[in-house]
Amino acid sequence: MPLSMQPSDGSGCLEVSIEIGGIPIALRTTDSSFLKILHDRYANYIKASSPAEFTFDVELVSAGMADPDADVRVWIEGGDWQFERGDFRAEWNPERRQGRIRQTANPYSVDSVLRIVHTLLLAREGGFLLHASSAVRNGKAFLFSGLSEAGKTTMARLAPPDTSLLTDEASYVRRVGARYVAYGTPFAGDLGEPGKNISAPIAALYLLAKSSENQITPVEPAEAVRRLMRNILFFAHDEELVRMVFQSACAFVAAVPVFQLSFYPDHRVWDLIG
Amino acid sequence: MPNSDKYIARSTAIASRILADEMIIMSAADSTLFSLNPAGTVIWEAADGKTPLLRIVEDKVCAEFDIGIEQAYADAEEFVQGLAEHGILLVSDVPIIQK
Repeated sequence: MPLSMQPSDGSGCLEVSIEIGGIPIALRTTDSSFLKILHDRYANYIKASSPAEFTFDVELVSAGMADPDADVRVWIEGGDWQFERGDFRAEWNPERRQGRIRQTANPYSVDSVLRIVHTLLLAREGGFLLHASSAVRNGKAFLFSGLSEAGKTTMARLAPPDTSLLTDEASYVRRVGARYVAYGTPFAGDLGEPGKNISAPIAALYLLAKSSENQITPVEPAEAVRRLMRNILFFAHDEELVRMVFQSACAFVAAVPVFQLSFYPDHRVWDLIG
Repeated sequence: MPNSDKYIARSTAIASRILADEMIIMSAADSTLFSLNPAGTVIWEAADGKTPLLRIVEDKVCAEFDIGIEQAYADAEEFVQGLAEHGILLVSDVPIIQK
């Protein structure tokens, strides 16, 4: 698929535009082998024609980032967002629609930057990224949320052939008018496979709990918000945005049925879904 | 009953929302969540920094719930103290003016 390999402005930069959740973000690099890494990693999410909403210049360094095990930090400084982790350093100005990433030539650092950027964009429009697998069945999206080992990837693995997997790790939720829509993402968990690049209105959110039998029980709204907030991916230390995420979680719970799905991990659990 | 009254005001570093008749409050500082019962919600919504707690209890809590003033005030004092310890409610001996 050569469509992504286009010199962007005569500067020798190569550009690839990655569209997740309907938001195209361009990554520019002068390194063709790194572009190929991006191309392979985001194959189904590469956008050929529409202009990117934001552009990041990726500066590749050979090695020696400060602390490879350091946790991610996200903060704003003079209108520029700053993202930092052991393996990358990035800055992004949403108004100028430009950013810069400094990292080694690997697909994981840029993947994390993209996740952070999308969480910040979604926070302002009532959506969020959620620790959840999700799949489309009969034209409706179903989300399965929980922290590590809760069963997100298990639900994805058990999905029957009439479902399309959106992700086994991080579900992309946008508010579209009065309803919520889930989009496929390339953000993969233990399954190691990107989701399908499709979207569908969300019919239900299931909070996962492993059990000896399969059972669906409604979750009271306050408890649903509490558990949803625990599973929303958000990295920025910013009180205004945290308040927005909370309001988004409340609005989501008011609009989408939330259940606890206690399940025994075999294919029969999907008899209850859809 | 108290000799001097307290004034209470909602912190500005919070977000709150009513869902299915239940008030949910989040501390924006650490994302801790609280949910209030109906009597707590009445006090929370009346916490404007200007109305004495005793008057809130008399006019709102005792008017809406079947409870005597002394018990209601004691419960309210404990309630506001608990929220104050989490930083989501301000408590003062004088009216509270927030910017």
